[in-house]
Amino acid sequence: MNAMPSTDTPTTEPILKMTGISKTFPGVKALSDVALELRPGHVTALIGENGAGKSTLVKILTGIYQPDGGNIEIDGKKVDLPTAEAAQDLGITAIHQETVLFDELTVAENIYIGHQPRNRYGLIDWAAMHARAAAILHGIDAPISTRTRLKDLSIAQRHLVAIARALSIDARIVIMDEPTAALSYKEVEELFGIIDRLKKAGKAILFISHKFEEVWQICEYFAVFRDGRQVGAGRLDEVSHNDLVKLMVGRDVTQAFPKLPAEIGDVVLKVDGYCHPTEFDQVSLELRRGEILGLYGLVGAGRSEFCQALFGVTHPSAGTVTLSGKPITVRSPSDAIDAGIVYVPEERGRHGAITAMSIVSNISLPSLKVTSRRNFLRMAEEFDLARKYAERLDLRAASLSQPVGTLSGGNQQKVVIGKWLATLPKVIILDEPTKGIDIGSKAAVHAFMSQLAVEGLAVIMVSSEIPEILGMSDRVIVMREGRMAGVFEREGLTPEALVRAATGNKEAAA
Amino acid sequence: MSDQSAALTPRHIPDRLDSPFKRAAKSWETLLLAVAIAIAIANSLASPYFLDPWNLSDATFNFTEKAILALAMTFVIITGEIDLSVASIIALASTAMGAAAEVGAGTPVLFLVGLGVGLGCGVFNGFLVARLGLPAIVATIGTMSLYRGIAYVVLGDQVYKNYPADFAVFGQGYAFWIFSIEFVTFLGLAVVASIVLHKTIFGRQVYAVGNNALAASFSGVKVRRIKFIVFLMTGVAAGLASVMLTSRLGSTRPSIAVGWELDAVTMAVLGGVGINGGTGNILGVVIAAFVMGLVTFGLGLLNVPGIVMSIFMGLMLILVIALPLVVQRINNRRRVAR
Repeated sequence: MNAMPSTDTPTTEPILKMTGISKTFPGVKALSDVALELRPGHVTALIGENGAGKSTLVKILTGIYQPDGGNIEIDGKKVDLPTAEAAQDLGITAIHQETVLFDELTVAENIYIGHQPRNRYGLIDWAAMHARAAAILHGIDAPISTRTRLKDLSIAQRHLVAIARALSIDARIVIMDEPTAALSYKEVEELFGIIDRLKKAGKAILFISHKFEEVWQICEYFAVFRDGRQVGAGRLDEVSHNDLVKLMVGRDVTQAFPKLPAEIGDVVLKVDGYCHPTEFDQVSLELRRGEILGLYGLVGAGRSEFCQALFGVTHPSAGTVTLSGKPITVRSPSDAIDAGIVYVPEERGRHGAITAMSIVSNISLPSLKVTSRRNFLRMAEEFDLARKYAERLDLRAASLSQPVGTLSGGNQQKVVIGKWLATLPKVIILDEPTKGIDIGSKAAVHAFMSQLAVEGLAVIMVSSEIPEILGMSDRVIVMREGRMAGVFEREGLTPEALVRAATGNKEAAA
Repeated sequence: MSDQSAALTPRHIPDRLDSPFKRAAKSWETLLLAVAIAIAIANSLASPYFLDPWNLSDATFNFTEKAILALAMTFVIITGEIDLSVASIIALASTAMGAAAEVGAGTPVLFLVGLGVGLGCGVFNGFLVARLGLPAIVATIGTMSLYRGIAYVVLGDQVYKNYPADFAVFGQGYAFWIFSIEFVTFLGLAVVASIVLHKTIFGRQVYAVGNNALAASFSGVKVRRIKFIVFLMTGVAAGLASVMLTSRLGSTRPSIAVGWELDAVTMAVLGGVGINGGTGNILGVVIAAFVMGLVTFGLGLLNVPGIVMSIFMGLMLILVIALPLVVQRINNRRRVAR
């Protein structure tokens, strides 16, 4: 207690101390003998590949899972977290990767659900609820009306609501599970501003992220998990980037973004003056064989909407599409697939894969015409097709009949990509292809994209991660508020140029 | 969990882990079949008349028409929708056939009228759900009132019963020995439904739509077309059931087949078709149809009145659905405790 470390920070005694935590699920040892410490006023990064046990630990901390063994101490006192409420009462709150909030309720209701302010008759005090919610939102500089329904907010705004909720219960320990996964560059900066404020307010923060640059930017401490064990922990300023990567994957990752040189061929896809009544305006592009075209912009810049219109999900109001020299009209995804344009959506679970169905059924779904004979299914052909692409993508699965939902995020993404490759497309559009997947799978997806380009596929990659855009793209189109804000060649492209184009000139405004 | 050194050589992923036998042993259909056999044994012990072949043959009449509805309903429920208008389609189709018979239509025409009205009603349901995007439960509750309402307006408290003598063949004829035309038709349709659902592209797409319509459409499945077709199928199935029922009864009243939509849904659910869509199979529904037929028949032999029978049916449905859930929950709890 009195042995103060020789740093400028006054209190580095941990507020939370977990030791010897173990948790076993049928067939899987999710955590074995894990330790973690969180300190007030500091951010601790929790790093690990998917399946390393991070989520299990978060669920133990928030009272959702019970550990099989081990100790949890808060302020030096041993505590039990039998329920989610118990964890909340002890001041522990979590902001999740895909935040669980209530779409149909207002912002204020979301912030105060479960602990609504009451008036003297025991009824909900709506005025107080809205006033307090507004105060909290003001405190984190979030310009959101408390009466807006959640479904009308962007993903970034929802995160702000989740943070406001954490503050409303006066949490001392805030867990952020991949809070930046869906955020654009500028929104991440804003989030970091809020984290700074939480730090100054003395909160202990556990920050889970796949993005190393973020970890270096805002964290002071780290803990690395691998295969359910804690393989390293300490102060970040005492380790190097490479040390962390090695700890995390147990091997060296030579290059995270390995774009191979590919021969750039003829124009495959030509889009001219594409417009949508509300989402985008006058987008034109040319895409060549072997080329990876990066599409960068803030969330809400109209990138996904543009791609979905190309794929026939939504309908453009003007503009033409030419594929291999022939004008095409795409009215539905099946038209697009027939023409040779496929789309790997951002939301894997909702749009990308049918998670309750097997790997083989997912991969064969758009190719059933090929694997079947006169409309009659041939399972052997489907298994052959699925196995071919599963092996090409190095899919990790116990069997091809396994439901896709039981795979890790990275492997689910491989199934979605495999499904499209099996249709032998000309153009593949990948919308945030590595969102929320671990660094090992990420490198595999990048290597694979690059391989596709070498094989002559034309690739459009929507991404909000600057290193990914810089590393993978031959050319980059930046979109801002539904319009093209710039086209850049790979040579000499800088992150600053991208951000400037994406945010407009007046960075501080908006 | 992941073995990094093996990443260089592609690993072989097996098709499936369970053997076909193991999967069959754990399946819902096996459980249902056991229930069916148990009921059959109990029935044969309780009544000496149960095992008489002609008695058994008679017993098939009280569930085959509903079972034909249930076959089509299975497709609708697997796509995540529901069709509550089937019984009303029977009434409307029967009324149309009665009216046609009044003006002297022959048996082939009556048959086509019955199927045609069913098809038309199915098209209208499909239009409401697949084209206009109405929730199926709302749309088909609407058409449930609409179709039967028309039958009541046309018929009032009257009865159509001037059917030609040879019209009786659909509901009263025998294909061979003790096997009625109705029963043989049902078995034939069950085989066809099973092939369509489990062995064709359409069938696979039905499952895809029911599991995640959005992801299915992102995979190129024409979701609206699939939904339209399944409603068309329940319409035609109801038309066929109407031909059989009208032929068997030899008369039409507007109250014909009241409540059958729930019997059809019950058969499907009892047969293991998940009410949220995406799961279930034809074999289960066929066995469920037999289970329900056996129960009604057995209770009938024991002179249990119809009202009590419906209590019994309800209890059986809840029991059969709840039991596996309870067992699973107990298993899970034991696992967590360990």
